[in-house]
Amino acid sequence: MSFLPKPKLHHPKLPVNALGFTRRDYEGAISTLCAGCGHDSISAAIIQACFELEIEPHRVAKLSGIGCSSKTPDYFLGASHGFNSVHGRMPSVLTGANLANRDLIYLGVSGDGDSASIGFGQFAHSIRRGVNMTYIVENNGVYGLTKGQFSATSDKGSKAKKGTVNTDEAIDLIGIALQLGATYVARSFSGDKAQLVPLIKGALRHPGPAFIDCISPCVAFNNHEGSTKSYDFVREHNEAMNFLDVFPGRSAITAEYAPGEVREVEQHDGSVLRLRKLHAEYDPTDRIGAMNHLHERKAAGEIVTGLLYIDPDPQDLHSNLNTVPTPLNRLDDSALVPGKAALEKLNAALR
Amino acid sequence: MTPTDISNPDTFHKVVDCQWACPAHTPVPEYIRLIAAGRYSDAYMVNWHSNVFPGILGRTCDRPCEPACRRGRVEEEPVAICRLKRVAADNKEDIQARLPPIPAVRNGKRIACVGAGPASLTVARDLAPMGYEVHVFDGEKKGGGFIRSQIPRFRLPESVIDEEVGYITERGGVTTHFGQRVESLRALLDAGYDAVFIGSGAPRGRDLDVPGRKEAAANIHIGIDWLSSVSFGHIESIGKRVIVLGGGNTAMDCCRSARRLGGEQVTVVVRSGFEEMKASPWEKEDAMNEGIPILNYLVPKEVLHQGGKLTGMVFEKVKAERDAKGRRTLVPTGEPDVTIEADDVLVAIGQENAFPWIERDLGLEFDRWGLPALNEKTLQSSIPNVFFGGDAAFGPKNIIWAVAHGHEAAVSIDRYCRGLDVGERPPPEVVMSSQKMGIHEWSYDSGVSLDLRFKVPHAEHEVALRDIRTEVELGYDRELAYKEAQRCLNCDVQTVFTTSLCIECDACVDICPVDCITFTADGEEQELRERLRVPALNLDQPLYVQDGLKTGRVMVKDEDVCLHCGMCAERCPTGAWDMQKFFLETAKPYAGRVAACQAQ
Ligand SMILES: Cc1cc2nc3c(=O)[nH]c(=O)nc-3n(C[C@H](O)[C@H](O)[C@H](O)COP(=O)(O)OP(=O)(O)OC[C@H]3O[C@@H](n4cnc5c(N)ncnc54)[C@H](O)[C@@H]3O)c2cc1C
Ligand SMILES: Cc1ncc(C[n+]2csc(CCOP(=O)(O)OP(=O)(O)O)c2C)c(N)n1
Ligand code: SF4
Ligand code: SF4
Ligand code: SF4
Ligand SMILES: [Mg+2]
Repeated sequence: MSFLPKPKLHHPKLPVNALGFTRRDYEGAISTLCAGCGHDSISAAIIQACFELEIEPHRVAKLSGIGCSSKTPDYFLGASHGFNSVHGRMPSVLTGANLANRDLIYLGVSGDGDSASIGFGQFAHSIRRGVNMTYIVENNGVYGLTKGQFSATSDKGSKAKKGTVNTDEAIDLIGIALQLGATYVARSFSGDKAQLVPLIKGALRHPGPAFIDCISPCVAFNNHEGSTKSYDFVREHNEAMNFLDVFPGRSAITAEYAPGEVREVEQHDGSVLRLRKLHAEYDPTDRIGAMNHLHERKAAGEIVTGLLYIDPDPQDLHSNLNTVPTPLNRLDDSALVPGKAALEKLNAALR
Repeated sequence: MTPTDISNPDTFHKVVDCQWACPAHTPVPEYIRLIAAGRYSDAYMVNWHSNVFPGILGRTCDRPCEPACRRGRVEEEPVAICRLKRVAADNKEDIQARLPPIPAVRNGKRIACVGAGPASLTVARDLAPMGYEVHVFDGEKKGGGFIRSQIPRFRLPESVIDEEVGYITERGGVTTHFGQRVESLRALLDAGYDAVFIGSGAPRGRDLDVPGRKEAAANIHIGIDWLSSVSFGHIESIGKRVIVLGGGNTAMDCCRSARRLGGEQVTVVVRSGFEEMKASPWEKEDAMNEGIPILNYLVPKEVLHQGGKLTGMVFEKVKAERDAKGRRTLVPTGEPDVTIEADDVLVAIGQENAFPWIERDLGLEFDRWGLPALNEKTLQSSIPNVFFGGDAAFGPKNIIWAVAHGHEAAVSIDRYCRGLDVGERPPPEVVMSSQKMGIHEWSYDSGVSLDLRFKVPHAEHEVALRDIRTEVELGYDRELAYKEAQRCLNCDVQTVFTTSLCIECDACVDICPVDCITFTADGEEQELRERLRVPALNLDQPLYVQDGLKTGRVMVKDEDVCLHCGMCAERCPTGAWDMQKFFLETAKPYAGRVAACQAQ
């Protein structure tokens, strides 16, 4: 960590977005993580994505659990709402907040320990309920904050810093998310912002449960020979399926590509996700295909990245529950507390 | 792109914008840090070795360093480098013991310097510690050249000149021949000096050629002649209404002097636009603050006089236009002429070189502008043992250029006298030292101050205008000086990159407050500049490029607006970035300077 705050001065030619903000206006406090931690790069990618999407910071709620990864919401979007919950409980708090105020953009930030160990159930249920959110797991294969124990995403056979070999099978969060109905599923790497930033942008614009598994090396405890989550290992085994561009609408699309090379998906809000294909046969709208492909490539030792699955027309928790379109904080007392008569009517309907 | 060669001293020297821009290459950030630390004598010595006249320059320098200062590119104004220099001079202790010793045993070589301006005095100072016997000639009674004769006392007290000239002329090794004009170069050469340095300045003021000039001559004065008469106390008053012609610093000194000698309505008139005036912005500002209007686009047409006495001047109104070739010319607007009543006119429209005392049959070549033909680097003339410097070399410039020439000429003279190739220049002395003390602790103050430039306190107008010897600027006190010093970005503390250590984690990229660093595919410089996190469009500023990274990309750092905050090095997990202080002293004949300058 650094003692001094990051200097306020910025590049005189730093671009300004439509709201009049520079990228630096989306920053938070200076990070207290170890120098070189992948998590800091993910924070930088979130900052960049929000700047580019011209999001008003006060429209965002960032929620997290416990862990180095879960500390990061302090280091971006200093002017947004935030809730640092207990270990593994971010999904429930996020679900509750989302039910109460559906107008905010929900960004859940978690770690592999936070989501695949103690919070595994919470993670699973928030996905299967279809909460409209962006859920990012900053996946380093260890419990960084508690000094580097193997986490549940640590690959079988990979080595800890002191040489211990992991004998447990790894949980693939992408596989689970696909199985449980996430409608936007991506994997990326903290060391590749060109890939990561558009994936975060697409997720923030996605009107359903969007899950990103972002491999994020822990420089302190999991960046050695024998680790499968180190900078070097991920770079060597990274197999990108596609490259995403996010456009606010059709009219904003600029570059042209030959047919067959790109695939465009229009989202509910009119935004266009353009996928430049790197693997011609890969179809990101085929869920079963995606699951098969993932297993196949994993067996071949590859780390598959990119936008792996997208359902352009998702359902979310609110539509499933048929809730009121107005956030609760904007309903008046008579709507929120309809009175005894309404209660009796409801009870009668259930008898 | 070719990877940057950081073993070339110019590479990091260019990053220290102020030092690079200073003709004498003063290690500016080094002395500014010393001032912040309250080490005024140390700060003074760093200056003294480089620019010879810290107290004088701290009040009068043309300060080419300030427009170059990086701070001016990241916020509104540069660091007040020049006025901080004065703080070192004002607050230092007795530094006599720290001046280089003058050996009792001479080396047997005799050098003559013509003129006792800053150029000659620098040559004398640089050579005396090596045992040279230096003889300095000047027609005036005291040393200092134009510093003493031209710069008005309200900008520069005479005591400061006496002190700093004294550090050169009063310590042995230098013999002064003041009050003794050199009338013949031939005679000087015949006197058997091993080398001659000509630092005789540009002593002739340009005159005005309009009707009425001759008839009103009694009330028309050539600016520089008038200023020297004022400096030496021969002139103590002027008429109530004064016109000053010209837009340079001489004009500014004339008008402000006139205000102090009885001028009540003093008007500056310039031919061209206010913006085109040669005077420094701060000189113009000071003049206007003293109630002196500056009228522009007026061309002198006629001097009005009655009974041999000047009564005023007539000017033609003009405007600037581009001619067919795109050149800017002044054309009459056709409006009625402007008449300004006056009792005296000061003509400050330029200076010229004149060498009436140099015989033209000596073999010394002059160019078509009447300037000596010189080797620009060595300052050697067509006579191998005759060297030039200061205003005499390439026309009127300023003190700091005169000093810079003096240093180069001293190196040339030393090499010439030792039988070495004068064209071969000794390299500067460079010391690099890591500033790392702990994981995030540096031996320099890496915090970046957000303060805007502090104003130097001035004397009240009424007090200042009463006596021409009252210094207008009071200088920063220690507290203001500290705060102003903190604005310095420490551009000499370099970001040094070691490719083999980098794991490409992006931490430095993410933390850098000014987006200096990009990891990207290699390319040609021009195209690469466009592709950086913020395009590097300031072509004056170099890119720092290193290749050999594992991903095959290159690290590119745009030096343009780096705050030298050390954040990149603090956030680097492997120490691939280090903050290293770059100290550079240009070569000079005498030794032991770097040790004397280095902090601690
Ligand atoms: C009004 C005015 C104000 C200025 N203000 C500033 C300022 O604020 N800051 C700044 O940086 N610069 C200023 N300058 C410019 C600066 O003074 C000169 O550029 C600088 O002094 C040049 O130094 P020099 O060593 O070349 O010669 P000079 O300082 O001109 O000295 C030359 C000396 O040589 C002597 N000399 C000439 N011929 C002979 C001879 N044949 N024999 C013996 N001696 C001879 C002269 O008497 C003179 O003393 C100012 C100039 C003027 C006119
Ligand atoms: C209920 C509870 N159990 C255990 C802990 C101890 N603990 C803190 S962080 C952590 C693991 C965090 O791992 P991960 O989510 O992967 O975050 P990382 O630090 O690796 O980013 C654990 C077990 C806790 N804080 N609370
Ligand atoms: S322990 Fe690991 S995860 Fe935690 S801050 Fe350090 S590098 Fe990052
Ligand atoms: S010192 Fe490093 S972090 Fe600071 S501005 Fe310069 S490059 Fe950026
Ligand atoms: S922080 Fe250090 S290791 Fe990381 S990219 Fe920058 S120089 Fe390389
Ligand atoms: Mg973890």
